[in-house]
Amino acid sequence: MTLNLKTGLTRSAVAAVVALGITAGTASAETLKIGFIDPLSGASAQTGDIELKHWKFAADKMNEAGGIGGMDVEFVAFDNKGDPKETLVQYQKAVDQGIHFVAQGVGSSVSAALTGAVLKNNERNPGEETIFFNIGGIDPSLTNDNCNFWHFAFDQNVDVKMEGLTNYIETLPDIKSVYIIAQDYSFGKSFIAAAEKMLAEKRPDIKIVGSELHPVAKVKDFTPYVQKIMSSGAEAVLTGNWGSDMTLLIKAAAAAGQEVPYFTYYGGAIGAPSAMGKSALGLVTQISDFHENADASPEQLAKQDEFEAKYPDTDYYYERTFTVLGMLKNAVEKAGGIHMIEVAKALEGMTYEGPFGTVTMRADDHQLLAPLFVSTFSDDVKRDVEKTGFGFKTDMLVTAESTAAPTTCQMVRPE
Amino acid sequence: METLIFALINGLIYGLLLFMLSSGLTLIFSMMGVLNFAHASFYMLGAYFAYTIGSVTGFWVALFLAPLLAGAAGAAVERWGLRRIHANGHVAELLFTFGLAYIIEEVVKIVWGNLAVPYRIPAELNFSAFELFGSQYPAYRIFMLFISIGMLISLWYLLKRTRIGLIIQAALTHPNMVASLGHNVPRIFMLVFAAGCALAGLAGVIGGNYLVTEPTMALAMGPIVFVVVVVGGMGSLEGAFIASLLIGFLQTFAVSIDISFADIFGFAGLAAGSEIGRITIASLAPVLPFLLLVVMLVVRPTGLLGEREF
Repeated sequence: MTLNLKTGLTRSAVAAVVALGITAGTASAETLKIGFIDPLSGASAQTGDIELKHWKFAADKMNEAGGIGGMDVEFVAFDNKGDPKETLVQYQKAVDQGIHFVAQGVGSSVSAALTGAVLKNNERNPGEETIFFNIGGIDPSLTNDNCNFWHFAFDQNVDVKMEGLTNYIETLPDIKSVYIIAQDYSFGKSFIAAAEKMLAEKRPDIKIVGSELHPVAKVKDFTPYVQKIMSSGAEAVLTGNWGSDMTLLIKAAAAAGQEVPYFTYYGGAIGAPSAMGKSALGLVTQISDFHENADASPEQLAKQDEFEAKYPDTDYYYERTFTVLGMLKNAVEKAGGIHMIEVAKALEGMTYEGPFGTVTMRADDHQLLAPLFVSTFSDDVKRDVEKTGFGFKTDMLVTAESTAAPTTCQMVRPE
Repeated sequence: METLIFALINGLIYGLLLFMLSSGLTLIFSMMGVLNFAHASFYMLGAYFAYTIGSVTGFWVALFLAPLLAGAAGAAVERWGLRRIHANGHVAELLFTFGLAYIIEEVVKIVWGNLAVPYRIPAELNFSAFELFGSQYPAYRIFMLFISIGMLISLWYLLKRTRIGLIIQAALTHPNMVASLGHNVPRIFMLVFAAGCALAGLAGVIGGNYLVTEPTMALAMGPIVFVVVVVGGMGSLEGAFIASLLIGFLQTFAVSIDISFADIFGFAGLAAGSEIGRITIASLAPVLPFLLLVVMLVVRPTGLLGEREF
């Protein structure tokens, strides 16, 4: 009885999947589908959810302006639960639905799994290739030793950002000792390596009093870590933490009354400003390609306002989603349609006028070079974040050229 | 020195929270012989109930109502679920609670969504209690400490000094005898199950805003609770208490130890730069409870204070 029930269930499940595949296949003629593969459940769901809102908003704007090559852009969401193994399953699902573009941005370990899967798929299925837009996995190996032709990095990698951040620390002679804390996986390890290397070059007088790797998205109470940092006597903290690890670290630091500057990559990312509150004013600094108080045109500000009116609980953050769609539009038009190799070749070396200056997709390693901002949490701002009354204020501009670190990528291009 | 003191306080609070969660589980386990896989789900329910009730009535009412609701849910599960399945043996009961854990998680996702809910510490308790070595100590943690100790004393009093406590203790080891004396043993089981779930719910109420209230919180806490029950010994509340504090201290202390494997095993020729040599005790903190579980089962299968083997 149970056995019959089981096979019956499997059969109907197979039928449902097949039916889904067929409808998806026929629909892709009029729309350009992009598979969104990021967590919509699990510990990093909040980050994934907010990213998806930005993608959908950017797609709506693109469609209002006529779409890409006459096609409407549509995002199809695949929940990978933040897990690299699940990502491969979801990627295969996207491929089976005839989707040729995938976007991902939460977690370098996931990006690494996905870029490998994309390369393998494309070698096995010529003519049916996939292009991968990476808007958040910033482990440097993705654009160095493990680079590939189908992977395009729209966020700046760890080394590029660290170059900017340490340039800023160079201007702060009072800091004599730092503590580095990061998440225990490829990204966190490269964060610590980059910080140690660049601080030694630019500020040999700074003593690194501790460098710590903690489990990713598992620590629920950072108090022991914060107390460890405090007893080390560090005058500043460097952290690459993102998502709940950033929020909870800052929450524990605020609760313990720690008053040293935090230099971060993601201090302005979702959830962190609410956790920081007043106690973090002037102390939390971030480096990013965007923050809400960056000098911008009225059109750009209107766009940000429109997003925040549409999603009242979410702050505008991922300007990158517009960069991806804008560059994809130009590439598809140059290639004269969705011919994957031509589209990828058109993206290589492409320059694009973004709202904050010219950005370039470097052909050598497919790393987007863009102007960056170093900004600090402040109460003297026009636009606040997460309804806190506080926001980020620019301290320093980092030009795109100055972040163009050399790459070891040996790009293999298909004929 | 200051590291030691902070690790002691934080370990104590975390340990007491663990005990609140596992005390009910260890009673249920020894009484019914069922490892209740869904136990941590009642912890999650407690936190979500407190968030929802608290947004209407404020934190203090939620502090009482949410555990009661979690306990009522537990009683219903025992009365209409476990009691019927009991006849089919322990494996069926185990599978039932296993399925139940997933159902509760999915229901929580449907009702409250996939993302963490903004369940926050009440404003009355959101200040720092005292300053120690230049670091402020949040008042809410002291409050958690008092709640936990209060729960500990009442539980001890209930089990050791009241008539119902004596009956429960007797039913743990000799259920048939207790039934022959005219007590309604199934009802005692239901009460213990409900009380255990209510305690888990209370842990959720005070732990949900101290940590994070999200649908994966049960899954994150579940395995640790089992470690407490196994290490403490079956049916032994004293054992569960010692095991909870042990794990609390172990995890918070480990974080503050920076010694790497190369420092410990350097004499055996392990290089500091090698893949294994670089591992520090601090980075092992999350694994240590499970290491303790494995070692305990090998060395002392009855647990610290238990009388029966698993």
